[in-house]
Amino acid sequence: MRFLGLELAHPVVNASGTFDAIAARRVFGDELLARFPFAAFVTKTVTLAPREGNPPPRLWELGAGMINSIGLPNKGLARFLAEDLPVLAELPVPLVVNVMGSSHADVGELVAAFSARPEVAALELNVSCPNVKTGLLMGADPGETAALLDAVRPRAAKPLIVKLTPNCTSPAAVALAAEQHGADAVSLINTIRGMAMHPRRPGRPWLGGATGGVSGPAVRAVALAQVREVRQRVKIPIVGMGGVQRGRHVQDLLDAGADLVAVGTENFRDPLAGSRIAGELARMSAKSGFTASTTMDAAMTLRPNA
Amino acid sequence: VSAPLGRRRAPVTARTSLGAYVVLSVADAGGPAPAPGQFYMLAATERWGGGADERPFLPRAFSVARRHADGTLDFLLEDVGPGTERLCALDAGDELWLLGPLGLGFAAPEDGRRPLLVGGGVGIAPLVILRDALRPEPVVLLGFRDAAHADGAALLPGARVATDDGSVGHHGLVTELLAAELGRRPVSSSGPRALGPRKPVSPSGPRALGPPDDVAVYACGPPPMLEAVRALCAEHDVPGQLALESGMACGFGACFGCVVPTRRGYVRLCVDGPVLAAADLAEVA
Repeated sequence: MRFLGLELAHPVVNASGTFDAIAARRVFGDELLARFPFAAFVTKTVTLAPREGNPPPRLWELGAGMINSIGLPNKGLARFLAEDLPVLAELPVPLVVNVMGSSHADVGELVAAFSARPEVAALELNVSCPNVKTGLLMGADPGETAALLDAVRPRAAKPLIVKLTPNCTSPAAVALAAEQHGADAVSLINTIRGMAMHPRRPGRPWLGGATGGVSGPAVRAVALAQVREVRQRVKIPIVGMGGVQRGRHVQDLLDAGADLVAVGTENFRDPLAGSRIAGELARMSAKSGFTASTTMDAAMTLRPNA
Repeated sequence: VSAPLGRRRAPVTARTSLGAYVVLSVADAGGPAPAPGQFYMLAATERWGGGADERPFLPRAFSVARRHADGTLDFLLEDVGPGTERLCALDAGDELWLLGPLGLGFAAPEDGRRPLLVGGGVGIAPLVILRDALRPEPVVLLGFRDAAHADGAALLPGARVATDDGSVGHHGLVTELLAAELGRRPVSSSGPRALGPRKPVSPSGPRALGPPDDVAVYACGPPPMLEAVRALCAEHDVPGQLALESGMACGFGACFGCVVPTRRGYVRLCVDGPVLAAADLAEVA
Protein backbone atom coordinates (compact mmCIF):
# COMPACT_ATOMS: atom_id res chain seq x y z
CA MET A 1 0.00 0.00 0.00
CA ARG A 2 1.02 3.64 -0.45
CA PHE A 3 0.90 6.41 2.12
CA LEU A 4 2.21 9.92 1.48
CA GLY A 5 4.15 8.56 -1.46
CA LEU A 6 5.79 5.84 0.65
CA GLU A 7 5.48 2.21 -0.32
CA LEU A 8 4.48 0.31 2.84
CA ALA A 9 4.28 -3.47 3.29
CA HIS A 10 1.09 -3.22 5.38
CA PRO A 11 -1.01 -0.53 7.06
CA VAL A 12 0.36 -0.89 10.62
CA VAL A 13 2.98 1.42 12.11
CA ASN A 14 3.92 2.30 15.70
CA ALA A 15 2.63 5.27 17.64
CA SER A 16 5.35 7.77 18.57
CA GLY A 17 6.97 7.01 21.91
CA THR A 18 5.82 3.41 22.17
CA PHE A 19 8.81 1.59 20.67
CA ASP A 20 12.52 2.36 20.92
CA ALA A 21 14.02 0.60 17.91
CA ILE A 22 17.57 1.24 19.14
CA ALA A 23 16.99 -0.18 22.61
CA ALA A 24 14.97 -3.08 21.15
CA ARG A 25 17.84 -3.94 18.82
CA ARG A 26 20.19 -4.09 21.80
CA VAL A 27 17.74 -6.39 23.60
CA PHE A 28 16.69 -8.66 20.73
CA GLY A 29 19.66 -8.37 18.36
CA ASP A 30 19.53 -8.08 14.58
CA GLU A 31 16.55 -10.43 14.52
CA LEU A 32 14.61 -7.20 15.06
CA LEU A 33 15.70 -5.97 11.62
CA ALA A 34 14.82 -9.28 9.97
CA ARG A 35 11.34 -9.31 11.51
CA PHE A 36 10.64 -5.62 12.05
CA PRO A 37 7.04 -5.39 13.28
CA PHE A 38 6.02 -2.08 11.67
CA ALA A 39 5.57 -0.92 8.07
CA ALA A 40 7.21 2.40 8.99
CA PHE A 41 8.96 3.51 12.16
CA VAL A 42 7.87 6.64 14.03
CA THR A 43 10.44 8.00 16.47
CA LYS A 44 9.88 9.24 19.97
CA THR A 45 9.47 13.03 20.10
CA VAL A 46 12.69 14.95 19.41
CA THR A 47 13.06 18.46 20.83
CA LEU A 48 15.73 21.09 20.17
CA ALA A 49 17.28 20.84 23.64
CA PRO A 50 17.70 17.61 25.62
CA ARG A 51 14.88 16.78 28.04
CA GLU A 52 15.23 14.68 31.17
CA GLY A 53 11.53 13.78 31.34
CA ASN A 54 9.20 13.77 34.32
CA PRO A 55 10.08 12.54 37.81
CA PRO A 56 8.94 8.99 38.59
CA PRO A 57 6.56 7.35 39.14
CA ARG A 58 5.69 7.62 35.47
CA LEU A 59 3.19 4.79 35.04
CA TRP A 60 -0.18 3.78 36.41
CA GLU A 61 -1.93 0.63 35.31
CA LEU A 62 -5.65 0.67 34.49
CA GLY A 63 -7.97 -2.25 33.96
CA ALA A 64 -7.93 -1.56 30.22
CA GLY A 65 -4.83 0.46 29.64
CA MET A 66 -2.50 2.76 31.47
CA ILE A 67 -1.67 6.35 32.30
CA ASN A 68 1.81 7.62 31.49
CA SER A 69 3.61 10.73 32.60
CA ILE A 70 6.90 10.21 30.78
CA GLY A 71 7.53 13.84 29.85
CA LEU A 72 9.16 13.36 26.42
CA PRO A 73 12.72 12.58 27.57
CA ASN A 74 15.11 12.78 24.61
CA LYS A 75 18.71 13.66 23.89
CA GLY A 76 17.91 16.77 21.85
CA LEU A 77 18.33 17.48 18.14
CA ALA A 78 22.13 17.60 17.91
CA ARG A 79 22.80 14.28 19.63
CA PHE A 80 19.81 12.64 17.91
CA LEU A 81 21.23 13.60 14.51
CA ALA A 82 24.72 12.44 15.43
CA GLU A 83 23.97 9.28 17.39
CA ASP A 84 20.48 7.96 16.64
CA LEU A 85 19.62 8.88 13.07
CA PRO A 86 22.42 6.80 11.50
CA VAL A 87 21.28 3.74 13.50
CA LEU A 88 17.60 4.28 12.71
CA ALA A 89 18.53 4.58 9.03
CA GLU A 90 19.46 0.87 9.17
CA LEU A 91 15.85 -0.11 9.83
CA PRO A 92 14.23 -1.89 6.88
CA VAL A 93 11.27 0.54 6.79
CA PRO A 94 10.70 4.27 6.14
CA LEU A 95 11.50 6.57 9.03
CA VAL A 96 9.08 9.18 10.38
CA VAL A 97 10.60 11.63 12.85
CA ASN A 98 8.30 13.15 15.48
CA VAL A 99 9.27 16.66 16.62
CA MET A 100 8.01 19.16 19.16
CA GLY A 101 8.92 22.73 20.08
CA SER A 102 7.48 25.42 22.28
CA SER A 103 7.81 28.18 19.66
CA HIS A 104 7.42 28.49 15.91
CA ALA A 105 11.15 29.13 15.64
CA ASP A 106 12.00 25.91 17.53
CA VAL A 107 9.63 23.77 15.48
CA GLY A 108 10.88 25.44 12.30
CA GLU A 109 14.47 24.63 13.16
CA LEU A 110 13.62 20.98 13.85
CA VAL A 111 11.63 20.70 10.63
CA ALA A 112 14.42 22.26 8.59
CA ALA A 113 17.10 20.07 10.17
CA PHE A 114 15.25 16.83 9.44
CA SER A 115 14.16 18.01 5.98
CA ALA A 116 17.84 18.09 5.07
CA ARG A 117 18.36 14.42 5.97
CA PRO A 118 17.76 11.78 3.29
CA GLU A 119 17.21 9.11 6.00
CA VAL A 120 13.94 10.81 6.97
CA ALA A 121 10.82 9.94 4.95
CA ALA A 122 8.30 12.16 6.74
CA LEU A 123 7.84 14.38 9.78
CA GLU A 124 5.20 14.24 12.48
CA LEU A 125 4.50 17.38 14.49
CA ASN A 126 3.65 16.82 18.14
CA VAL A 127 1.44 19.85 18.78
CA SER A 128 0.51 18.86 22.34
CA CYS A 129 2.83 21.54 23.66
CA PRO A 130 2.06 25.05 24.87
CA ASN A 131 3.20 27.91 22.68
CA VAL A 132 5.39 29.93 25.07
CA LYS A 133 4.15 33.17 23.47
CA THR A 134 0.40 32.56 23.77
CA GLY A 135 0.25 29.94 26.50
CA LEU A 136 -2.15 27.93 24.34
CA LEU A 137 -1.57 24.36 23.28
CA MET A 138 -0.47 24.57 19.66
CA GLY A 139 -2.78 21.73 18.75
CA ALA A 140 -5.76 22.61 20.90
CA ASP A 141 -6.94 25.58 18.84
CA PRO A 142 -7.40 25.84 15.05
CA GLY A 143 -5.85 29.31 14.95
CA GLU A 144 -2.75 28.18 16.83
CA THR A 145 -2.33 25.19 14.53
CA ALA A 146 -2.80 27.34 11.44
CA ALA A 147 -0.21 29.86 12.63
CA LEU A 148 2.26 27.09 13.43
CA LEU A 149 1.87 25.52 9.99
CA ASP A 150 2.17 28.89 8.26
CA ALA A 151 5.48 29.36 10.08
CA VAL A 152 7.00 25.91 9.58
CA ARG A 153 5.45 24.54 6.37
CA PRO A 154 7.81 26.56 4.13
CA ARG A 155 10.79 25.01 5.93
CA ALA A 156 9.52 21.43 5.52
CA ALA A 157 10.79 19.58 2.47
CA LYS A 158 9.18 16.33 3.68
CA PRO A 159 5.57 15.24 4.10
CA LEU A 160 4.20 16.77 7.29
CA ILE A 161 1.84 14.84 9.58
CA VAL A 162 0.12 16.76 12.39
CA LYS A 163 -0.50 14.64 15.50
CA LEU A 164 -3.80 15.89 16.89
CA THR A 165 -4.57 16.06 20.58
CA PRO A 166 -7.92 14.76 21.82
CA ASN A 167 -7.74 17.20 24.74
CA CYS A 168 -9.53 20.07 23.01
CA THR A 169 -13.00 21.18 22.00
CA SER A 170 -12.85 20.03 18.39
CA PRO A 171 -10.02 17.91 17.01
CA ALA A 172 -11.85 17.95 13.67
CA ALA A 173 -11.70 21.76 13.51
CA VAL A 174 -7.98 21.61 14.26
CA ALA A 175 -7.58 18.94 11.58
CA LEU A 176 -9.32 21.17 9.05
CA ALA A 177 -7.04 24.10 9.96
CA ALA A 178 -4.04 21.79 9.56
CA GLU A 179 -5.23 20.68 6.13
CA GLN A 180 -5.93 24.22 4.97
CA HIS A 181 -2.49 25.40 6.11
CA GLY A 182 -0.43 22.73 4.45
CA ALA A 183 -0.45 19.54 6.50
CA ASP A 184 -0.08 16.44 4.33
CA ALA A 185 -1.80 14.18 6.86
CA VAL A 186 -3.10 14.11 10.42
CA SER A 187 -2.62 11.43 13.07
CA LEU A 188 -4.90 10.78 16.02
CA ILE A 189 -5.54 10.24 18.82
CA ASN A 190 -2.79 11.26 21.19
CA THR A 191 -3.31 10.17 24.82
CA ILE A 192 -6.25 11.56 26.77
CA ARG A 193 -5.37 13.52 29.89
CA GLY A 194 -6.07 11.60 33.09
CA MET A 195 -4.78 11.00 36.58
CA ALA A 196 -4.68 8.52 39.44
CA MET A 197 -4.66 9.21 43.16
CA HIS A 198 -1.87 7.82 45.30
CA PRO A 199 -3.09 4.59 46.91
CA ARG A 200 -1.34 5.28 50.22
CA ARG A 201 -1.11 9.08 50.47
CA PRO A 202 -4.61 10.55 50.59
CA GLY A 203 -5.05 13.63 48.43
CA ARG A 204 -1.82 13.18 46.49
CA PRO A 205 -1.60 12.24 42.82
CA TRP A 206 0.36 9.06 42.05
CA LEU A 207 2.22 10.23 38.95
CA GLY A 208 5.32 12.38 39.30
CA GLY A 209 3.83 14.74 36.72
CA ALA A 210 0.48 14.75 38.59
CA THR A 211 -1.54 14.14 35.41
CA GLY A 212 -0.66 11.93 32.49
CA GLY A 213 -2.02 10.46 29.27
CA VAL A 214 -4.49 7.59 29.17
CA SER A 215 -3.87 5.00 26.48
CA GLY A 216 -4.78 1.43 25.64
CA PRO A 217 -8.12 -0.29 25.02
CA ALA A 218 -9.82 2.23 27.32
CA VAL A 219 -9.51 4.93 24.63
CA ARG A 220 -10.35 2.81 21.57
CA ALA A 221 -13.96 3.97 21.29
CA VAL A 222 -12.88 7.62 21.59
CA ALA A 223 -10.33 7.13 18.82
CA LEU A 224 -12.90 5.58 16.54
CA ALA A 225 -15.33 8.49 17.01
CA GLN A 226 -12.64 11.15 16.54
CA VAL A 227 -11.22 9.49 13.42
CA ARG A 228 -14.71 9.41 11.92
CA GLU A 229 -15.33 13.05 12.83
CA VAL A 230 -12.00 14.16 11.36
CA ARG A 231 -12.62 12.13 8.20
CA GLN A 232 -15.89 14.01 7.72
CA ARG A 233 -13.98 17.31 7.73
CA VAL A 234 -10.72 16.65 5.83
CA LYS A 235 -9.52 14.91 2.66
CA ILE A 236 -5.88 14.41 3.60
CA PRO A 237 -4.79 10.96 4.83
CA ILE A 238 -5.37 9.99 8.46
CA VAL A 239 -3.18 7.85 10.70
CA GLY A 240 -5.65 6.37 13.18
CA MET A 241 -4.64 5.05 16.58
CA GLY A 242 -5.98 4.36 20.04
CA GLY A 243 -6.21 1.03 21.84
CA VAL A 244 -5.47 -1.16 18.83
CA GLN A 245 -4.81 -4.73 19.97
CA ARG A 246 -6.19 -6.88 17.14
CA GLY A 247 -6.63 -6.90 13.38
CA ARG A 248 -10.32 -6.19 13.94
CA HIS A 249 -9.45 -2.89 15.62
CA VAL A 250 -7.34 -1.84 12.62
CA GLN A 251 -10.22 -2.68 10.31
CA ASP A 252 -12.59 -0.61 12.44
CA LEU A 253 -10.30 2.44 12.25
CA LEU A 254 -9.87 1.98 8.48
CA ASP A 255 -13.63 1.72 8.14
CA ALA A 256 -14.02 4.93 10.17
CA GLY A 257 -11.78 6.74 7.70
CA ALA A 258 -8.15 6.09 8.60
CA ASP A 259 -5.64 5.28 5.85
CA LEU A 260 -2.93 3.92 8.13
CA VAL A 261 -3.14 2.65 11.69
CA ALA A 262 -0.67 2.91 14.56
CA VAL A 263 -0.23 0.50 17.45
CA GLY A 264 0.90 2.03 20.74
CA THR A 265 0.33 0.61 24.18
CA GLU A 266 -0.04 -2.95 22.87
CA ASN A 267 3.65 -2.83 21.89
CA PHE A 268 4.48 -2.79 25.61
CA ARG A 269 2.65 -6.09 26.13
CA ASP A 270 3.90 -7.72 22.94
CA PRO A 271 7.00 -6.46 21.10
CA LEU A 272 5.74 -8.10 17.89
CA ALA A 273 2.24 -6.64 18.21
CA GLY A 274 2.65 -4.68 14.97
CA SER A 275 3.30 -7.66 12.73
CA ARG A 276 0.87 -9.89 14.64
CA ILE A 277 -1.93 -7.35 14.16
CA ALA A 278 -1.01 -6.78 10.49
CA GLY A 279 -1.19 -10.55 10.00
CA GLU A 280 -4.59 -10.74 11.66
CA LEU A 281 -5.82 -7.95 9.39
CA ALA A 282 -4.52 -9.69 6.27
CA ARG A 283 -6.21 -12.96 7.27
CA MET A 284 -9.48 -11.13 7.94
CA SER A 285 -9.30 -9.45 4.55
CA ALA A 286 -8.55 -12.73 2.79
CA LYS A 287 -11.44 -14.43 4.56
CA SER A 288 -13.99 -11.74 3.78
CA GLY A 289 -12.87 -11.34 0.19
CA PHE A 290 -11.80 -7.75 0.72
CA THR A 291 -8.35 -6.78 -0.39
CA ALA A 292 -6.42 -4.03 1.27
CA SER A 293 -7.04 -1.77 -1.70
CA THR A 294 -10.81 -2.29 -1.73
CA THR A 295 -10.75 -1.50 1.98
CA MET A 296 -8.98 1.74 1.13
CA ASP A 297 -11.63 2.45 -1.54
CA ALA A 298 -14.35 1.87 1.02
CA ALA A 299 -12.67 4.34 3.34
CA MET A 300 -12.42 6.85 0.48
CA THR A 301 -16.17 6.82 -0.04
CA LEU A 302 -16.61 8.26 3.45
CA ARG A 303 -14.72 11.37 2.44
CA PRO A 304 -16.71 14.43 1.47
CA ASN A 305 -16.12 15.45 -2.15
CA ALA A 306 -13.73 12.56 -2.66
CA VAL B 1 22.38 -12.63 27.30
CA SER B 2 20.00 -11.28 24.64
CA ALA B 3 16.37 -12.33 24.42
CA PRO B 4 14.58 -14.10 21.58
CA LEU B 5 12.44 -11.55 19.72
CA GLY B 6 8.84 -11.66 20.89
CA ARG B 7 6.97 -13.17 23.78
CA ARG B 8 6.56 -16.93 23.80
CA ARG B 9 4.02 -19.27 25.33
CA ALA B 10 5.50 -21.29 28.16
CA PRO B 11 3.70 -23.90 30.23
CA VAL B 12 3.76 -23.76 34.01
CA THR B 13 5.17 -27.07 35.20
CA ALA B 14 4.78 -26.62 38.95
CA ARG B 15 3.58 -24.26 41.63
CA THR B 16 5.30 -24.83 44.95
CA SER B 17 4.38 -23.06 48.17
CA LEU B 18 7.31 -21.81 50.19
CA GLY B 19 5.97 -20.18 53.34
CA ALA B 20 4.55 -16.82 52.31
CA TYR B 21 5.90 -17.27 48.77
CA VAL B 22 5.13 -19.30 45.68
CA VAL B 23 7.79 -20.73 43.41
CA LEU B 24 6.43 -20.86 39.87
CA SER B 25 8.30 -23.26 37.58
CA VAL B 26 8.02 -22.60 33.84
CA ALA B 27 9.28 -24.78 30.97
CA ASP B 28 11.58 -22.82 28.65
CA ALA B 29 13.79 -25.49 27.11
CA GLY B 30 14.21 -23.48 23.90
CA GLY B 31 15.12 -20.23 25.65
CA PRO B 32 18.63 -19.03 26.40
CA ALA B 33 20.20 -19.46 29.82
CA PRO B 34 19.78 -16.16 31.70
CA ALA B 35 22.61 -14.38 33.47
CA PRO B 36 22.13 -13.91 37.23
CA GLY B 37 20.17 -10.69 37.81
CA GLN B 38 18.32 -10.78 34.50
CA PHE B 39 14.54 -10.73 34.48
CA TYR B 40 11.52 -11.81 32.44
CA MET B 41 8.16 -10.21 31.74
CA LEU B 42 5.36 -12.59 32.72
CA ALA B 43 1.64 -12.56 32.02
CA ALA B 44 -0.95 -15.31 32.14
CA THR B 45 -2.21 -16.15 28.64
CA GLU B 46 -5.73 -16.58 30.04
CA ARG B 47 -7.69 -14.31 32.38
CA TRP B 48 -5.02 -11.57 32.56
CA GLY B 49 -7.39 -8.85 33.76
CA GLY B 50 -10.57 -8.95 35.74
CA GLY B 51 -8.91 -8.81 39.18
CA ALA B 52 -8.89 -5.82 41.53
CA ASP B 53 -9.84 -2.69 39.50
CA GLU B 54 -10.12 -5.06 36.50
CA ARG B 55 -6.33 -5.31 36.44
CA PRO B 56 -3.77 -6.64 35.54
CA PHE B 57 -3.30 -5.25 32.05
CA LEU B 58 0.47 -5.06 31.66
CA PRO B 59 2.92 -7.95 32.08
CA ARG B 60 4.96 -8.11 35.29
CA ALA B 61 8.75 -8.13 35.64
CA PHE B 62 10.40 -10.86 37.73
CA SER B 63 14.04 -11.66 38.29
CA VAL B 64 14.67 -15.29 37.50
CA ALA B 65 15.53 -17.27 40.63
CA ARG B 66 16.95 -20.36 38.99
CA ARG B 67 17.36 -22.14 35.69
CA HIS B 68 17.46 -25.92 35.84
CA ALA B 69 19.45 -28.10 33.43
CA ASP B 70 16.28 -28.94 31.46
CA GLY B 71 15.55 -25.26 30.86
CA THR B 72 12.93 -24.91 33.57
CA LEU B 73 12.87 -21.41 35.01
CA ASP B 74 11.88 -20.77 38.63
CA PHE B 75 10.32 -17.48 39.68
CA LEU B 76 9.72 -16.44 43.28
CA LEU B 77 6.38 -14.70 43.75
CA GLU B 78 4.49 -13.09 46.57
CA ASP B 79 0.82 -12.22 46.18
CA VAL B 80 0.80 -8.45 46.73
CA GLY B 81 -1.45 -7.15 43.95
CA PRO B 82 -3.62 -8.10 40.99
CA GLY B 83 -0.70 -9.26 38.83
CA THR B 84 0.99 -11.44 41.41
CA GLU B 85 -2.40 -12.69 42.62
CA ARG B 86 -3.17 -14.07 39.17
CA LEU B 87 0.32 -15.49 38.70
CA CYS B 88 0.23 -17.15 42.12
CA ALA B 89 -3.05 -18.84 41.14
CA LEU B 90 -1.56 -20.54 38.08
CA ASP B 91 -1.23 -24.30 38.13
CA ALA B 92 0.77 -26.88 36.26
CA GLY B 93 -0.58 -26.96 32.70
CA ASP B 94 -1.55 -23.29 32.62
CA GLU B 95 0.38 -21.09 30.22
CA LEU B 96 2.36 -17.88 30.54
CA TRP B 97 3.53 -15.28 28.07
CA LEU B 98 7.27 -15.14 28.65
CA LEU B 99 9.59 -12.40 27.37
CA GLY B 100 13.27 -12.51 28.20
CA PRO B 101 15.84 -12.84 29.58
CA LEU B 102 16.00 -9.04 29.82
CA GLY B 103 18.22 -6.40 31.33
CA LEU B 104 21.77 -6.30 32.58
CA GLY B 105 22.50 -8.69 35.43
CA PHE B 106 25.22 -8.87 38.06
CA ALA B 107 28.83 -8.47 36.95
CA ALA B 108 31.50 -10.84 38.25
CA PRO B 109 33.33 -9.52 41.32
CA GLU B 110 36.32 -7.45 40.31
CA ASP B 111 39.94 -8.23 41.23
CA GLY B 112 39.26 -11.32 43.29
CA ARG B 113 36.91 -9.71 45.77
CA ARG B 114 34.73 -12.10 47.73
CA PRO B 115 31.03 -11.72 47.00
CA LEU B 116 28.73 -10.99 49.92
CA LEU B 117 25.07 -11.49 49.06
CA VAL B 118 22.36 -9.49 50.83
CA GLY B 119 18.68 -10.11 50.17
CA GLY B 120 15.38 -8.93 51.57
CA GLY B 121 11.97 -10.50 51.13
CA VAL B 122 11.01 -11.57 47.62
CA GLY B 123 14.20 -9.79 46.51
CA ILE B 124 16.21 -12.88 47.43
CA ALA B 125 15.21 -14.32 44.00
CA PRO B 126 18.18 -13.15 41.90
CA LEU B 127 20.59 -14.10 44.69
CA VAL B 128 19.58 -17.76 44.26
CA ILE B 129 20.78 -17.95 40.66
CA LEU B 130 23.77 -15.77 41.53
CA ARG B 131 24.78 -18.12 44.34
CA ASP B 132 24.41 -21.07 41.95
CA ALA B 133 26.98 -19.39 39.71
CA LEU B 134 29.55 -18.55 42.40
CA ARG B 135 32.33 -20.83 43.64
CA PRO B 136 33.26 -21.05 46.42
CA GLU B 137 29.92 -20.51 48.09
CA PRO B 138 29.51 -16.90 49.13
CA VAL B 139 28.32 -15.58 52.47
CA VAL B 140 24.60 -14.88 52.19
CA LEU B 141 22.63 -12.59 54.51
CA LEU B 142 18.83 -12.54 54.24
CA GLY B 143 16.15 -10.45 55.89
CA PHE B 144 12.44 -11.21 56.18
CA ARG B 145 9.38 -9.84 57.90
CA ASP B 146 8.52 -12.97 59.87
CA ALA B 147 8.87 -16.73 60.02
CA ALA B 148 6.44 -17.41 57.14
CA HIS B 149 8.54 -15.24 54.84
CA ALA B 150 11.81 -16.58 56.26
CA ASP B 151 10.85 -19.98 54.79
CA GLY B 152 12.14 -18.43 51.55
CA ALA B 153 15.67 -18.83 52.95
CA ALA B 154 15.40 -22.53 52.05
CA LEU B 155 16.36 -21.44 48.51
CA LEU B 156 19.75 -20.32 49.84
CA PRO B 157 20.99 -23.03 52.21
CA GLY B 158 23.54 -21.82 54.74
CA ALA B 159 22.30 -18.22 54.64
CA ARG B 160 22.21 -16.19 57.85
CA VAL B 161 18.74 -14.84 58.46
CA ALA B 162 17.31 -11.80 60.19
CA THR B 163 13.61 -11.25 60.83
CA ASP B 164 11.79 -8.05 61.77
CA ASP B 165 9.87 -9.88 64.51
CA GLY B 166 12.76 -11.99 65.73
CA SER B 167 10.95 -15.24 65.03
CA VAL B 168 13.89 -16.61 63.03
CA GLY B 169 17.57 -15.74 63.34
CA HIS B 170 18.73 -12.26 64.22
CA HIS B 171 16.00 -10.03 65.62
CA GLY B 172 16.37 -6.96 63.44
CA LEU B 173 17.42 -5.91 59.98
CA VAL B 174 19.60 -7.78 57.53
CA THR B 175 21.55 -4.58 57.04
CA GLU B 176 22.66 -4.88 60.67
CA LEU B 177 24.19 -8.23 59.75
CA LEU B 178 25.83 -6.54 56.77
CA ALA B 179 27.16 -3.70 58.92
CA ALA B 180 28.66 -6.29 61.26
CA GLU B 181 30.33 -8.09 58.36
CA LEU B 182 31.69 -4.88 56.86
CA GLY B 183 32.65 -3.27 60.13
CA ARG B 184 33.79 -6.47 61.84
CA ARG B 185 32.01 -5.27 64.93
CA PRO B 186 28.96 -6.45 66.85
CA VAL B 187 25.65 -4.84 66.08
CA SER B 188 24.47 -2.54 68.81
CA SER B 189 20.99 -3.17 70.13
CA SER B 190 19.89 0.38 69.33
CA GLY B 191 19.22 0.17 65.61
CA PRO B 192 17.17 2.61 63.63
CA ARG B 193 13.98 0.72 64.36
CA ALA B 194 13.11 -0.25 67.93
CA LEU B 195 11.48 -3.63 67.60
CA GLY B 196 12.12 -4.88 71.12
CA PRO B 197 15.20 -6.38 72.70
CA ARG B 198 17.82 -7.71 70.34
CA LYS B 199 20.72 -9.99 70.77
CA PRO B 200 23.98 -8.57 69.51
CA VAL B 201 25.16 -10.30 66.38
CA SER B 202 28.24 -12.35 66.95
CA PRO B 203 31.09 -11.52 64.61
CA SER B 204 31.28 -13.99 61.75
CA GLY B 205 32.29 -17.40 62.84
CA PRO B 206 33.94 -20.02 60.66
CA ARG B 207 32.90 -18.20 57.49
CA ALA B 208 34.60 -15.01 58.57
CA LEU B 209 35.45 -12.61 55.81
CA GLY B 210 38.73 -10.92 55.37
CA PRO B 211 39.01 -7.19 55.68
CA PRO B 212 36.16 -5.29 54.02
CA ASP B 213 38.34 -4.21 51.13
CA ASP B 214 38.22 -7.82 49.96
CA VAL B 215 34.46 -7.75 49.64
CA ALA B 216 31.97 -7.02 46.87
CA VAL B 217 28.35 -6.64 47.91
CA TYR B 218 25.44 -7.96 45.81
CA ALA B 219 22.01 -6.97 47.02
CA CYS B 220 18.34 -7.11 46.12
CA GLY B 221 15.40 -6.19 48.30
CA PRO B 222 12.98 -3.42 49.21
CA PRO B 223 14.12 0.19 48.66
CA PRO B 224 14.82 1.01 52.35
CA MET B 225 17.05 -2.06 52.59
CA LEU B 226 18.88 -1.21 49.37
CA GLU B 227 19.35 2.37 50.55
CA ALA B 228 20.93 1.09 53.77
CA VAL B 229 23.15 -1.28 51.74
CA ARG B 230 24.15 1.57 49.43
CA ALA B 231 25.06 3.77 52.40
CA LEU B 232 27.09 0.96 54.00
CA CYS B 233 28.96 0.31 50.76
CA ALA B 234 29.79 4.02 50.54
CA GLU B 235 30.79 4.19 54.20
CA HIS B 236 33.11 1.19 53.93
CA ASP B 237 34.25 2.00 50.40
CA VAL B 238 33.32 -1.41 49.02
CA PRO B 239 31.77 -1.93 45.57
CA GLY B 240 28.10 -2.82 45.61
CA GLN B 241 25.76 -4.04 42.91
CA LEU B 242 22.11 -3.41 43.65
CA ALA B 243 19.22 -5.07 41.79
CA LEU B 244 16.43 -2.49 41.85
CA GLU B 245 12.73 -2.71 41.15
CA SER B 246 10.46 -0.27 39.38
CA GLY B 247 7.02 -0.33 37.82
CA MET B 248 7.56 -1.32 34.21
CA ALA B 249 5.23 -1.55 31.23
CA CYS B 250 7.39 -3.26 28.62
CA GLY B 251 10.77 -4.51 29.89
CA PHE B 252 12.66 -3.74 26.65
CA GLY B 253 13.20 0.02 26.68
CA ALA B 254 10.05 1.11 24.87
CA CYS B 255 7.99 2.92 27.48
CA PHE B 256 10.55 4.94 29.49
CA GLY B 257 8.34 4.32 32.52
CA CYS B 258 10.82 2.52 34.78
CA VAL B 259 13.46 5.21 35.16
CA VAL B 260 15.36 5.71 38.40
CA PRO B 261 17.54 8.73 39.21
CA THR B 262 21.29 8.09 39.15
CA ARG B 263 24.34 10.32 39.31
CA ARG B 264 24.25 10.38 35.47
CA GLY B 265 20.53 11.27 35.28
CA TYR B 266 17.53 9.03 34.84
CA VAL B 267 18.24 5.56 33.50
CA ARG B 268 15.77 2.95 32.32
CA LEU B 269 15.94 0.09 34.77
CA CYS B 270 14.86 -2.43 32.11
CA VAL B 271 17.73 -1.85 29.69
CA ASP B 272 20.36 -0.06 31.81
CA GLY B 273 19.59 -2.20 34.90
CA PRO B 274 17.99 -3.75 36.86
CA VAL B 275 21.41 -4.12 38.47
CA LEU B 276 23.11 -0.77 39.09
CA ALA B 277 26.38 0.06 40.78
CA ALA B 278 25.76 1.38 44.29
CA ALA B 279 28.26 4.17 43.56
CA ASP B 280 26.04 5.35 40.68
CA LEU B 281 23.20 6.10 43.05
CA ALA B 282 22.94 9.08 45.35
CA GLU B 283 19.99 7.43 47.05
CA VAL B 284 17.66 4.48 46.57
CA ALA B 285 14.19 5.96 46.97
